[in-house]
Amino acid sequence: MTPEISFMLIKVAIVLTGLLAVVPIMLFVERRGSALIQNRLGPNRMGPFGMFQAACDVLKFIFKEDSTPTHVNKFYYTIAPWLVVIPAFMTFAVIPFAGSLSMDGNHFNFQVANLDVGVLYCFAIASLGVYGIIMAGWASNNKYSLLGSLRSSAQMISYELTLGLSIVGLMMIFQSVRLGDIAAAQGETLFTVAGLNVPKWGIFIQPVGFLLFLISVFAETNRLPFDLPEGESELIAGYHLEYGSMKFALFMMGEFINMSVASALIATLFFGGWQLLPGLAWVVQQVANITQVDVLLVTVLFQGVSFVIKVAFFMWFFVWVRWTLPRFRFDQLMNLGWKVLFPLGLVNLFVTGILIYKGVL
Amino acid sequence: MSWSMVAFSAFSTIAIISSIFVILKKNPVSSAFSLILVFFSFAGLYAVMGAHLVAALQIMVYTGAIMVLFVFVIMLLNADTPVLDLKESGGLFKAITTFGVIGLLGILLKTVLRAKEIQATGNLTEDKINELGGNFKVISEALFTDYSFHFELASFLLLGAIVATVALAKRKSLKGSSV
Amino acid sequence: MLAQRKPGILNRFYLIEIVRGLWITLRNFLFHEKVTLQFPEQRRDYSPRYRGQHYIKTVNEVENCTACMLCPTVCPAECIHIVAGEREDKEKYPIKFEIDILRCCFCGMCEEACPKDAIKLSNIYEMSQEHREVYTKDFLLEQRGNKK
Repeated sequence: MTPEISFMLIKVAIVLTGLLAVVPIMLFVERRGSALIQNRLGPNRMGPFGMFQAACDVLKFIFKEDSTPTHVNKFYYTIAPWLVVIPAFMTFAVIPFAGSLSMDGNHFNFQVANLDVGVLYCFAIASLGVYGIIMAGWASNNKYSLLGSLRSSAQMISYELTLGLSIVGLMMIFQSVRLGDIAAAQGETLFTVAGLNVPKWGIFIQPVGFLLFLISVFAETNRLPFDLPEGESELIAGYHLEYGSMKFALFMMGEFINMSVASALIATLFFGGWQLLPGLAWVVQQVANITQVDVLLVTVLFQGVSFVIKVAFFMWFFVWVRWTLPRFRFDQLMNLGWKVLFPLGLVNLFVTGILIYKGVL
Repeated sequence: MSWSMVAFSAFSTIAIISSIFVILKKNPVSSAFSLILVFFSFAGLYAVMGAHLVAALQIMVYTGAIMVLFVFVIMLLNADTPVLDLKESGGLFKAITTFGVIGLLGILLKTVLRAKEIQATGNLTEDKINELGGNFKVISEALFTDYSFHFELASFLLLGAIVATVALAKRKSLKGSSV
Repeated sequence: MLAQRKPGILNRFYLIEIVRGLWITLRNFLFHEKVTLQFPEQRRDYSPRYRGQHYIKTVNEVENCTACMLCPTVCPAECIHIVAGEREDKEKYPIKFEIDILRCCFCGMCEEACPKDAIKLSNIYEMSQEHREVYTKDFLLEQRGNKK
């Protein structure tokens, strides 16, 4: 096996295990986080701080009876959960989780696929995820599920536009759609204030774009305050109403993995991706000095750590927002999407264009 | 057989089978889902050809947006329209469909027979595209320099369609009928 | 009449309010005292007037009950069954005192009606069982959750 292929397999393994590990961790964080925010304690019996509660949940899902209601369309009912999970996994392929590394004449690129279309691939595959939801709602043959999937499709269409529009400014500034290039370009210094270097992170050069992206990503992942497709108070559980045991768990997995992909995209586009967090460069030097390991290797390791920290923060942000904001009403959602965010995205694009033309950015 | 050949055969088989399903399925929603699969395998075919941007746009626009709207409308209207049966349709319809099918088959046959003669127009080879900075850059530059007039014309067409849609929707709601 | 609330321009610009809301939840998450009671280890103290599991009060190992039949009479759920008997010192006493706890509605009227302060409702509230049991006299005489 050539080094390229084995390195490729290692990367795929890292991404897959990372994404699979996200699910139980997020189950734990979601349950304990929501409890602590509501001044409760949450599940704290299994293992230290209740950390093994997620394992119990998973075991329960696996051993529960997997029943199929008689009134559903069997084929679409069965494949729908998979259509939510598989695109969610696929999307992570183009996200770089560390910088590149040149050692012994080999060039290592910490990104599963360095596609020409970069972030567009993410959006394309993510837009497929909605079919799982639509299919689930339709195949369930239940009016609440159908309403949930209808809402989901309308919401996805509306917010995909803003999602795409919000990052066009970034593409214009960095002159690339490859996430690797965008992440690498964010290592430059934007300006220096009192001896502190402010990096050229997306959030500093595209604050409005960041806001639009954040809001639309919440809508795309069906998280509160935009979880209208499942809105339990009005639609019981929306599209996954008729699902139980492992099939339901797949929907949940899809949601968490979508969340992690969204967080990774936010981190990569607006927070420097794998760029070292402020202060970590010093730590890298110290570690390299003490352990006598090649400084490049340590840097790559800490770049991965920085990336994980950034992603973890946004994962937590998803949970935090979920337990803070109430759900939007459907007309409010549509108004926000079409009458506020979309024009704002166009204005942002226009202003960015002018600034680039004037040579400010 | 190379990997691209395997991928090509797989995607084209899926495309053909699911396009047959589009016609044969009696349920409109099932037909729409099959059509999504057709579009997806088209995107796969584009990707095999190295046109990654076209593949991504195909998925984003057709699979991700237009078909969602199709499915949305079908579900919203809950279309229980009777299946069109050729046996029960009128003579004129039968004649038109027969001619249409024969014509399409002829075009297809001619394409297959002359497949060897077909060559890529233009001077952009795969190596040259990579040299110029990838698909994305080449297409964007072509779109906003050489073909900007055509591009703007197409956008005007779409704008007209949007205005027409809004006008139609407005007229309906003014009459007081529920939308 | 519903009061029409006109949000100001700053309120309609959701973001400030959202950030304030996020700050509130973060404060609760980090600092606020948690109200959860860890049940089997910690227990909530109920008011002495709480009406839980029944018991019959005893004085010097002898039940206070004289089988006067006031409690089965007043019981709206008709769940108390008493068979009266006579002791050697001519004292009336219940040979059988049964409470069909499944029918009991914990209204506490038996406790109010009792002239001898015999039947009482304790503070015990964990009464789940695996079988449909009737509380017998022996069971009721155990001074569980005695209120004194």
